[in-house]
Amino acid sequence: MSRRTVSTRAVVVGALLVSLLLAGVVSFYAASTPDGLTKVSQEQGFADTETEHGAADGPFAGYDAGFLDGDRLGGGVAGVVGVLVVLVLGTALAYGVRRRSTSDEQPEQPDQTRA
Amino acid sequence: MHVPDGFFDAPTSVATGVVAVAAIGVALRGARRELDDRTAPMAGLVAAFVFAAQMLNFPVGAGTSGHLMGGAVAAVLVGPWTAVLATSVVFVVQTLMFADGGITAIGTNITVMGLATVVVGYGVFRALQAVLPRRLALVPVLAGIGAFVSVPVASLLFVALYAVGGAAPVPLDTLTAAMVGVHSLIGVGEGLITFLAVAGILAVRPDLVRGARPVLAARTLEIRTGQTDRPAVTA
Repeated sequence: MSRRTVSTRAVVVGALLVSLLLAGVVSFYAASTPDGLTKVSQEQGFADTETEHGAADGPFAGYDAGFLDGDRLGGGVAGVVGVLVVLVLGTALAYGVRRRSTSDEQPEQPDQTRA
Repeated sequence: MHVPDGFFDAPTSVATGVVAVAAIGVALRGARRELDDRTAPMAGLVAAFVFAAQMLNFPVGAGTSGHLMGGAVAAVLVGPWTAVLATSVVFVVQTLMFADGGITAIGTNITVMGLATVVVGYGVFRALQAVLPRRLALVPVLAGIGAFVSVPVASLLFVALYAVGGAAPVPLDTLTAAMVGVHSLIGVGEGLITFLAVAGILAVRPDLVRGARPVLAARTLEIRTGQTDRPAVTA
């Protein structure tokens, strides 16, 4: 097995594609049974204390793009949109917070991000 | 374990909201030490991965499912402060866009599923790393163990909060047993997903795994093989 150096960009793009695949396609096959807390709340008798969600009428509520036909398409599109929104917000936050110089641990490498 | 609106009384929801805001404030400062031009893209990526993985409910026992919480995997990959920010972004987007987790419960969800799993997951990871041999192959294993432990502990925190401000009178002993029981099983999935994600990044770029840095630092001092742990300057 040859060990080539993989660029940071390749790692990010590769892992992003995996995430998009998980949210956009694999999520259709996820278990639809109630999750641990929901199940416990049903068994212990406090599930009915749940109140209406303030954003329940949103276009992507319940991970379903309800304006599209079909569960597979609606769920997949909702997942892809969610991944991209989280990616943009998370990346923007990280770039806003980061330190500008990387002088402490190692010399900065000529990175692909500034090509 | 997304807490919906209505499970907790207002004072508890406000209190966890204050905790979440304070933690995010501290994390914004702490993350400065973790993020630079090289690692910042990883932070957004980890948030996106946690969001995607949280859509994948896996079955645990009859008629029940669970999904990744993500604090441990995020903390090992990008550092604990950045992990607090990344998981918080996930929970905010989930409640506002996807109606998953109550809007009034956002502080509770950030505290229980984000903060708790970061603190416990990363704490266990670092504690094990301190006493075990510094081997690269151990990093994903220890991350998985930390992740496994973090989920039932998070469910215990939920129970503790419920004892203080739960909306319904529920016997605490049965609630504890039920929550910890099912979330121990969910923790197994959390551990496996965390192991796979950390091992995956470690295999291609160990230097991008924050939790591997102590190991890499020790290794470069001890042995110099022909392998490159970091991208060569002239690629």
